[in-house]
Formats: sequence, structure tokens, C-alpha cells
Amino acid sequence: MDGKQGHSYVVALAGNPNTGKSTVFNGLTGLRQHTGNWPGKTVVQARGHFKYKGQDFVLVDLPGTYSLLANSPEEQVARNFICFEHPAATVIVVDATCLERNLNLVLQVTEITNHVIVCLNLMDEARRHRVFIDVPTLEQELGVPVIPTTARSKQGLAELKEAIHLVSSGKLTPQPVRLRYNPMVEEKIAEILPRLETLPPVYNKRWIALRLIDGDSSILEEMEVKI
Amino acid sequence: MTLNQLPAGKLGVVLCITAEGPIRRRMLDLGLVPGTIVKTLRSSPAGNPTAYLIRGSVIAFRSNTANQVLIRTIHRR
Ligand SMILES: Nc1nc2c(ncn2[C@@H]2O[C@H](COP(=O)(O)OP(=O)(O)OP(=O)(O)O)[C@@H](O)[C@H]2O)c(=O)[nH]1
Repeated sequence: MDGKQGHSYVVALAGNPNTGKSTVFNGLTGLRQHTGNWPGKTVVQARGHFKYKGQDFVLVDLPGTYSLLANSPEEQVARNFICFEHPAATVIVVDATCLERNLNLVLQVTEITNHVIVCLNLMDEARRHRVFIDVPTLEQELGVPVIPTTARSKQGLAELKEAIHLVSSGKLTPQPVRLRYNPMVEEKIAEILPRLETLPPVYNKRWIALRLIDGDSSILEEMEVKI
Repeated sequence: MTLNQLPAGKLGVVLCITAEGPIRRRMLDLGLVPGTIVKTLRSSPAGNPTAYLIRGSVIAFRSNTANQVLIRTIHRR
């Protein structure tokens, strides 16, 4: 699988609540969108479409969350989509005025997938608060493209589409920094990994092993449904 | 001392989170890690829950949650 639905690349949109995610979603897709519910959940799902350089994209708006690990229905929806539906790219909208808190989710997503783009939104607010962000250094530290935007006035959205195109098509493969855990945890991961070998190759087995170490049983339930 | 003992208007710095499981996860997701500066904003008359300023956001904890955060007070210059 290559993150495609028909001829469209599937792109997930993640982010903390209130980072302007819906504004980015609307800015990218315009009126080409529809909403429904996530299967089996009361969480709203929005999907939209856009075309860039002749290529079709389906944008899936994930629920706004601070985390993927605390197991609220919203977090499960976001986590399952990124882990099991393997989108061609995942855009994480972050609040430039409050980067510290937002980077937690970035780290959690990059543990699941390399195909990540950070959309550094609310740049106008950051400037107003005299917060200056060294974007090239941030890109280097995270190992993923960082696109500054002010979604409300559509600034940066063209660059964001370009980054989505590059990552989805595989012309650019981000290399996010890899977290190493302490030796005890790493040993356990190594112990579990061989037992996960029969899982579909697109699943990130290291990440699933970490969830099992966490004692997260919801991941097992989800895999039972999938496999 | 623990976070629930930090009087309104005072600042503290997190030393350690003793909470486990989902509560620990939630605290970490809120950016409550060792070294984080927290401020007690106000508590309801019964002292439960109390509002704290954590990394620019207002977060409320009950005292039996806040007592799972070890802190040391700091004084503003
Ligand atoms: N100044 C400024 N405001 C923005 C920007 N992007 C979005 N907003 C505003 O921020 C508010 C929240 O935006 P939304 O798009 O609803 O945020 P959201 O992340 O979808 O929020 P949730 O629904 O809580 O997840 C709205 O009033 C937007 O107009 C921006 O780049 N700059």
C-alpha cells in the first residue's frame, strides 16, 4: 500500500485543539469537503479534496488532540488512522505561540511515521507576541519539513501544498529524529519485535511494541478488527 | 512539597511526577515534566479543584491529583 485511495494521495491533518486546524483544512480544500462520523465513534470526521500540480489529494481531518496515547475516543481515532491507514503524509498543525506544548504531539506522530510535515500556524500571533522561531534549526532538530503559515489569511498554504506533494509522492522522505529508550525498554522491544513479524509490513512494529509495553490493550483490540 | 500545597499566586518548579498510568500520561502531555514552572492561580473555596498556570495554559487539578506532583517553590525576583 502506498497511502493512495484511487488516484488520490491520502493526507492526514493532526494537531492540538485550537491551533487553526479547521482553518488550514478549509484553506486547503475550499468547499470540496464532507463530514460524517468515524466508524463506531461519535467523533466527527471531515474529509476534503484538493488538486495540486495535477495530483489529487484527500485530506482527512483528525480530531484535535494533545496526545495520541491517553486513549480518549478522539485520540484513538487519530492514532488508529495514522498507524493503521498509513496516510501518504501527515500534516501536524502546531501553534507557533506555544511550540513547547505542541511538539509533544509531533514527537508522538513521528514515532509512528516518517511522512510528517509540521505546519507552523498562527505565525502572525507569534510575531505579535514577539516570538521568533528559527525555522531552519527547528527543521533540522525535528528532521521533518516545517512550513510557517498564517492560515487565516492563507499565507504559507501554497508552500504547505508543495511540501505535501513532495512527501506524498516520495520525492522527499523526512528523517525524523528517533527516540531511544533506556536499555531495559529497548531490550523488551527487541524481545517483542520477532513476535510481531506476521503483521502487515506497513505497520510500525516498534511503535506497536512500545504500546504493548505500555500495557495499552486498545491497540490489540484494534488489530483484531483489522487483521 | 506537593503541587496542591502551593499557595495561590506562588510559583513552583516541578521536581518529579509520582502519578502513574493515565494520569501520569495526561500530565506529561500537558508539558508537566521536571523543570516546568507552575503557578497556582486560585482555588475554589473547598480547595477542589485548583487552577494552575502551566506553560501558558490554565489547567485544573483536584488536590488528590495535584498531590502526585512534587515541586519546590521559587521566588520571583
Ligand atoms: N491570528 C490567526 N488566527 C488564526 C489563524 N488560523 C486560525 N486562526 C483562528 O483561530 C481560531 C481557531 O481556529 P480553528 O481553525 O477553528 O482551530 P481548530 O484547531 O480547528 O480548533 P478545534 O476545533 O478546537 O480543533 C479561529 O478563530 C481562526 O480564525 C492564524 O494563522 N492566525
